[in-house]
Amino acid sequence: MITGFAESQDAFAAALLHADQPLPPGITTARGMADAARFAVYRNNVFVGLTGALAQRFVVTEQLVGTDFFAGMARAYAQDHKPRSPLIIDYGDDFPDFVAAFPPAGGLPYLPDLARIEVAWTQAYHAADAVPLDLAALAEVSPEILPDLRLVAHPSVRLIRSDFPVGSIWNAHQQDEVMPVSDWYGQAVLVLRPHMDVDVCILPPQDAVFAAFLLNGASLGEAAQAAFAAAPEFDFGAALLGLVNLGAFCAFHPDKGSNP
Amino acid sequence: MTTSRPVKTLPQRAGLGLKPEHYKTILSDRPDVGFFEVHAENYMGAGGPPHRYLEEIAALYPLSLHGVGLSIGAARGLDKAHLARLRQLIDRYRPQSFSEHLAWSTHETGFLNDLLPVPYTEETLARVVAHVDETQQTLGRPLLLENPSTYVLFADSTIDEVDFMATIAQRTGCGLLLDVNNVMVSAVNHRLDPFAYIDRFPVELVGEIHLAGYDETTDAAGDRLLIDAHGTSVRNDVIELYRYTLARSGPLPTLIEWDNDVPDFATLNAEAARADAMLSAAALQHAKGRAA
Repeated sequence: MITGFAESQDAFAAALLHADQPLPPGITTARGMADAARFAVYRNNVFVGLTGALAQRFVVTEQLVGTDFFAGMARAYAQDHKPRSPLIIDYGDDFPDFVAAFPPAGGLPYLPDLARIEVAWTQAYHAADAVPLDLAALAEVSPEILPDLRLVAHPSVRLIRSDFPVGSIWNAHQQDEVMPVSDWYGQAVLVLRPHMDVDVCILPPQDAVFAAFLLNGASLGEAAQAAFAAAPEFDFGAALLGLVNLGAFCAFHPDKGSNP
Repeated sequence: MTTSRPVKTLPQRAGLGLKPEHYKTILSDRPDVGFFEVHAENYMGAGGPPHRYLEEIAALYPLSLHGVGLSIGAARGLDKAHLARLRQLIDRYRPQSFSEHLAWSTHETGFLNDLLPVPYTEETLARVVAHVDETQQTLGRPLLLENPSTYVLFADSTIDEVDFMATIAQRTGCGLLLDVNNVMVSAVNHRLDPFAYIDRFPVELVGEIHLAGYDETTDAAGDRLLIDAHGTSVRNDVIELYRYTLARSGPLPTLIEWDNDVPDFATLNAEAARADAMLSAAALQHAKGRAA
């Protein structure tokens, strides 16, 4: 039922989100008149709360562009992107896409992928817990059915494939003294939380396609084939061992073709 | 809905907001804190360290679950998915108390991330009562409804805030959370007497008190404007109002809220110790009052 109450909240919300709009009708003070400075407290709370949540989540992104630039970018995002639910822990999941299309940040082409690492970090932090797949269990699988095996991605795992060394940039910003990144090449970064701590791992370049296929539900055989095609130096055993040891999977399905 | 009055199962002690930066200190030092309170929305992820630490800490201390996103004062319907998430948290952690705000924050444009004010009319009263009923039915327990801090008034309001809250409690069986800092903030902002507000507040329905620090500025007319900031220790005038409240109510579970610029644990604990001392004094005074 839409009532006078609902209409008055619509007007309040509209005035809250657009500083150029007049104050909503019906608000007053003990002096008996509307007061812009008072209504501004609410406007300020909304935007300071949202941009503060972004600054807390995108720490390295903010370090890379500086606090003033970040504040402006976050404010522009918050203007058109309100949280879809009261779960502020999810706020900013699509901030990297916004950054990619934000013209003033165009000079930093690696910024969106760096921000994607930070999205993945929080998602991994809050993801469901699961015991990572034990290598010993995998070792018991007979070699002839290995190609048909499908591994179940750990709930926390996210893969970011970038044309830029975003893993190295992120790592450099975890130290007190940030050293410049010297090797400028694309990186595949695996973000995951096998236990209590979130790990940010730069994969060997030849393993990127393999990891991407496996995380998309391909069988080991399909993933290996794609990886060899992309990089002839791909080493199936080393790549599989590496990913399992990182904790990227939590189970496997031996059954052919079925991938729930 | 006819629920019984909330059983005041939080201890009549000072409690602290639980902050991630203090998880490890609390578990290693086991400080003597009456209870811990968490914002429900921060524990709505599927897993990870927040749940792991909260499970350990809730096994050692009484827990208060405090919602900041239900939007009970919204004109439109409650978010069923959010209610379901709250139910899940309550089933998992069995907190001694669940509380929410007399405010709105969800709108068709999205979640507005602030506790926004509600006009006090018969229409809004009916809506809030319906929302409190629905919440208590879904959660299977009574809630404590918190008085807001406000910066504006509504020309349409016809009901006094204390009467508004008391009527909600009477019609729904909910308890009340008395935020003494909010009383001070709203009273200064609207030129009301905060002590008179306490005099009229139904303290027998209060299951918990909140204390926090406010910031101060001025409005466009040059009048004092207090802002509910939660970023400092509790101000002296709020401590005095708290003492006045306790003299009326007797000791009540009291939370120190410090959510922004969170200090080290020792500083927070000193705030709790100050409140604990006042609670002990109030308990003694009340015991004497009964004996006399």
